[in-house]
Amino acid sequence: MNITEILFWFLTALALGGSLMMVFSKNPVYSVLWLIVVFFAISGHYILLNAQFLAIVNIIVYAGAIMVLFLFVIMLMNLNADNEPQKNKWLKIAGVIAGGCLMLVLVSAILRTEGLKEQTLSLSGSTGLIKQLGKTLFTDYVLPFEISSVLFLSAMVGAVVIGKKED
Amino acid sequence: MNTILLAIDLPLVLEKVILIALVVTVSMVVAMYATWGERKVAAFIQDRLGPNRAGPLGLFQPLADGLKLFMKEEIIPNASNKVLFILGPSLAMLTALLTSAVIPWGDKIEMFGRTISLQIADVNIGILYVFGVVSLGVYGIMIGAWASNNKFSLMGGVRAASQIISYELAMGLSLIALLMTTGTLSLSEMVHQQQTGWWNVIKQPVGFFIFLICAFAECNRTPFDLAEAENELIGGYHSEFSSMKLGFYLFSEYINMFISSAIMATLYFGGYDIIPFYDESAWGLSTNLMALLGFLALFVKILVLIFVFMWVRWTIPRFRYDQLMNLGWKSLIPISLVWMLITAVFILATR
Repeated sequence: MNITEILFWFLTALALGGSLMMVFSKNPVYSVLWLIVVFFAISGHYILLNAQFLAIVNIIVYAGAIMVLFLFVIMLMNLNADNEPQKNKWLKIAGVIAGGCLMLVLVSAILRTEGLKEQTLSLSGSTGLIKQLGKTLFTDYVLPFEISSVLFLSAMVGAVVIGKKED
Repeated sequence: MNTILLAIDLPLVLEKVILIALVVTVSMVVAMYATWGERKVAAFIQDRLGPNRAGPLGLFQPLADGLKLFMKEEIIPNASNKVLFILGPSLAMLTALLTSAVIPWGDKIEMFGRTISLQIADVNIGILYVFGVVSLGVYGIMIGAWASNNKFSLMGGVRAASQIISYELAMGLSLIALLMTTGTLSLSEMVHQQQTGWWNVIKQPVGFFIFLICAFAECNRTPFDLAEAENELIGGYHSEFSSMKLGFYLFSEYINMFISSAIMATLYFGGYDIIPFYDESAWGLSTNLMALLGFLALFVKILVLIFVFMWVRWTIPRFRYDQLMNLGWKSLIPISLVWMLITAVFILATR
């Protein structure tokens, strides 16, 4: 095994282990922290794929902003393992079955996708670097890019409207 | 798969390990003597002498303080979350030290037939990496505050975290204006541009001012030190911490100050550039000597900026919490947005 493969398997184990720990942790604060570990592992995968920009944006947006808000909410509501209401046993079983079915569908869909195996990745050079990414976003994909920014704007306006105290 | 990217080059690894050890040591020592400097500056401003008992000019004072913190009893409250209680200060220290990886501390030096770059990692997203690590700085405070299981700690932690998040936005916007003028995200590239041309502070005065204010807020320094308000919140997020865990929190503040001064010196004051508007290569000095002089220039700039941090603190300004939030959201963000527009128009007009 060379160093890239070792790193790949290490990050994979970290991501899978972290996500399992996130699901099985009793304490919601631990769950958030494990989820942050998962984001870091995924960012590591991005770096292995030479996508530095995506890796760092993943950390800034998810680990640095969204998970901080999660942590805020959980800490201020003081959710603890002790006062967490126990869910019905049947509900748990139903959840496991539904989740398993979803995984089955996803895995079989990916396995049967035509042409996925033939695709080669061009990882060398500047594929994932910011210059390339910026050019692609602002020439080939400019319309979806602008539309998604309008979506963000509407979400922001919505948040302000909800957050206003008196009307 | 892609096996081309990573292959171990042993001398390179050794070189980087030594460089990392050096940078971490320098950060620690500077942070240690920043506590001494802080007291001396405070004494100077308040017309006192400051620490002068331990050693000449009180130079051994930081060692005595460190020893005191080590010797104190380690108290972990019974009702606290033990794992997170230890994780909090450790994370604060870790995130404070991580940023130094992308700062170019000097030009290249030649040693043992190798050309060694005095930058640990020259990634082409340098400034975004800094931004990412800064955004992670909240966790050390939040986790430590919550794990203490103390209302005042939690309130202090929430204050610190919301302040850091709010000022990150204005900081990012002021950086965008800077990135538009430099056209690169790599810190070493920015320094190269400033070596022969103008320093960025001349092109971006408003951007620098906003960045400076946000740096104060990110470091939890006065006037943004509402996270620890003795008369409202006891010690804020570190009320429950004692001994070296408290030491880590206090120490990480000084390291943050050092690193953010280094970043400001790199971004706006030419990094290791010695004289603005002048190409120093005309002196014809050897590479190693130039690198040393460059490092010294950078260090002087950092010390001046650290002095500014202390100077502001000892004029004893203070905001109320709502004033702090108003300043961040209603003044700094609009100003940096307008400044961004002005920069963009200027670049388009002069193209």
